[in-house]
Amino acid sequence: MHSVVDPLLVIILLLNFFLLGTSRLRAAIAGSAAQGVILGLLAALVHVSVGPRPLLIAAGAALIKGLVIPILLIRAMRDAGIRREIDPLVGFIPSMLLGAIALAISLMFAQTLPVVPSQAGSLLLPASFATVLTGFIVLTTRRKAITQVVGYLTLENGIFIMGLSILEAMPFLVEIGVLLDLFVGIFVMGIIINHINREFSSLDTSRLSALKE
Amino acid sequence: MLFALVLIPLAFAGVAFAVPSQRWRPWLLPLGGGAHLGLYAAALRESNLSALDGWLVLDPLGRLVLGLISVLFLLSSLYAPAWLALRPGRSNRVFCANLLISLSMITLITVAHHLGLMWVAIEATTLAIAPLIYFNRSGRSLEATWKYLLIGSVGIALSLMGSFFLAYSAVSSRLESSLLFEDLIRDAPQLSRPWLHAAFVLLLVGYGTKMGLAPMHTWKPDAYGEAPGLIGTLLAGGLTSGAFLAILRFFQICSAAGEAAFARPMMVALGLISMAVAGVFMARQRDFKRLLAYSSVEHMGILVVGVGIGGTAVFGALLHLLNNGLTKGALFLSAANIHRAYGSKLAAEVTGALQKVPISAALFLMAFFAITGSPPFGPFISEFTIVRAAIFNGQYAVAGLFLLMLVVVFVGMGATVLPLVQGEATASRPDALLTRETFFNVAPPLAFISLVLLLGLYIPPFVSSLLKDAVAMVELR
Repeated sequence: MHSVVDPLLVIILLLNFFLLGTSRLRAAIAGSAAQGVILGLLAALVHVSVGPRPLLIAAGAALIKGLVIPILLIRAMRDAGIRREIDPLVGFIPSMLLGAIALAISLMFAQTLPVVPSQAGSLLLPASFATVLTGFIVLTTRRKAITQVVGYLTLENGIFIMGLSILEAMPFLVEIGVLLDLFVGIFVMGIIINHINREFSSLDTSRLSALKE
Repeated sequence: MLFALVLIPLAFAGVAFAVPSQRWRPWLLPLGGGAHLGLYAAALRESNLSALDGWLVLDPLGRLVLGLISVLFLLSSLYAPAWLALRPGRSNRVFCANLLISLSMITLITVAHHLGLMWVAIEATTLAIAPLIYFNRSGRSLEATWKYLLIGSVGIALSLMGSFFLAYSAVSSRLESSLLFEDLIRDAPQLSRPWLHAAFVLLLVGYGTKMGLAPMHTWKPDAYGEAPGLIGTLLAGGLTSGAFLAILRFFQICSAAGEAAFARPMMVALGLISMAVAGVFMARQRDFKRLLAYSSVEHMGILVVGVGIGGTAVFGALLHLLNNGLTKGALFLSAANIHRAYGSKLAAEVTGALQKVPISAALFLMAFFAITGSPPFGPFISEFTIVRAAIFNGQYAVAGLFLLMLVVVFVGMGATVLPLVQGEATASRPDALLTRETFFNVAPPLAFISLVLLLGLYIPPFVSSLLKDAVAMVELR
C-alpha cells in the first residue's frame, strides 16, 4: 500500500513548497485545490478495505476541498480584482526555506512518536505535520485575506492527513463534522472577505489595522 | 431531557428567524432563556442524565458550567430588547437567531461526552457568534470579526489535531478506540505517553485560544471592544467557560493517566503569563471595553492557575468560574450603558459617568471592585482560596506572583475606571443613543452584581454541592 500512498504524500509535500513560493493568488488556490483532490484519493486508498464509508468521506473531501472552496475563492478574487500577493511579511524564497526547516522538524518529531506497525516507515505523520506548519507559515506571513484563507486550508489539509491515519477510530459523524465545519468556516470567511472588499475596496488585511495597542 | 436542552433554544432560533416583527422578535430571547433555565432546573433534579449511548451526559462539571451559562443568558437576554430598541433601523433577525443558536451550541459543549462532538459544538459556537461581533457593520467591527474568525479557527484546528493525537495514543496502544470520555478515562493508564503529552499540549493551546489565554489572546481585545456589550457577556462568560470546560476534561484524562504532574506546571505557567500580559496592557488602556477584554484574559489565567495548583485551588477555580462569569455580566452591561450614553468608549471622552448615568456608573464601579477581588464580593473568596492553596502546597513563588499580578491589575484597571465614573461629566457625542436609564437597562447588571455579592457572603447549599461534585470530578476522587 505504501507504494501508492507515499508518492502521493510526496506530491502533497511538493505542493506545500509551491504554495510557499508562489505569488499568484490563482496558483495558490489551484495548489490547495490539488492538495484537496489528492487527499480524497488518499482517503480512498488508505482505507479501501474498510467499506463504503471512507469512500464517501474521500469523495466529500475531494469535492469540497477540490471544487467548492476553490470556486468560492476564485470568485472572491475576481470580484476584488486582485491577482498577486504583494509584499508579504516574509518573502517567497525565505518562506520556502522556512518550509524546508518545518519539514525537517516534522520528520524528526514523527521519529520520536511510537506508530502502529502498519504505518511504520510511512510518510503519513511527517507529511501531516509539515503541511500543518506550512499552513501556519502562509497564514501568518501573507497580507491578502484570500492567501490567509489558503493558509488555513493548507493547515486543515495537514490535519486531514493525520485523520487518515486514525480513520477507523473516528466514527462517521465526526468525520462529517470535520468536513462540515471546514465548509462552514470557509463559507463564513468567504462572506467576511466579501464585506472586507466592500468596506475597504481591497482585500489587503494590512488595512485592518485600526485595532491595536 | 438533554435533547430538549439543546434543541429548545434552536427551536426558538428558528422562530426568531421566521417572526417578521422587528419589535417583538427580541422578546424571544428572554423567552428562550427562561425555557432553558427552567429545563436546567428540572434536569438538576435527575441524578443521571444521559442519551445517545453516552455521547450526551450531564455530569457534575457540565451541570456547574451549564447553570452559569443559563443564568448568564437569561439575565443578558432581558437587556437585549431595550438595547435593540435603540437601533430600530437595523435588522435584528440574524442577531436574535444567532444568539439563541449559540446558547444551544454552548449547551451542547457542556453535555457532550464525546471528544469529536464537543469539538464540533465549540466550532459551531465560534461560528454562530461571528456575525454577532459584526453587528455594528463598521470597518472596525469587521476587522475584529476577521481576527476573531481567523485566530479562532486556527485554535480550533489545533484542538482538532490534539483530539486526533489523543485518538492515536489509544490506537498505538492497541486499545479499543473510542472517543467517549468515560472510556478514555478508564483506559487512560494504558494510553501511549508521547502521544498523550503532545495531545495535551495541542489541546491546551487550541482550546486556550478559545479561552483567550495569553499569548493566544490577541482576538479578544478587538472582539470585546467592537462587539455589543451583550455579546461581550456571552463571550466572556459563555464561550470562554465552555472552552475551559474542554480543557478540564482533557486535564482529567491526563490525571487519570497519572500525568497530572506533566499538565499542572504548564497550566500554572500559561495562567501566570496571561495575568501578566493582562496587567501590562491594562495599565494606560484608553478604551474601557478593551480594558474589560484584558480583564477577561486575566481571569481566564486565574482559572487555569487554580486548576494547575490543584487541591483546594480547584474549588477556588470552579467558584471563580461562576464569580467571573457573573461579574463580567455586570461589567459589560453597565459599560455598554455608559458607552451608549456618551457615544464613546474612550476614557479621554468619558468622565463623570456617576453624574450622567448614576445607576450604571455605580454598578460599573461596584463590578470593578468585585472583579479586582475586593471583599465582600465573590471573586475575593475564590481568589483567596487559590492563593491559600498555593501557600499550603508550598508553591510560594506561584502565590507571590499571583498576588503581585492582582495588585498590578487593580492599579492598572483603577487608573482607567475611577476617572471614568468620578468628576465632572463630559458632554456626550451627538451620536449617543441612550438618553436616560430605564428599568431594562439597569436591572440585568444589578441582578448580576447582586448574585456576585451573594456568592461572596453566602454560597447557597445547592451551589456548594454542585461545586463539590464538580471538584471531585476534576480531582478524580
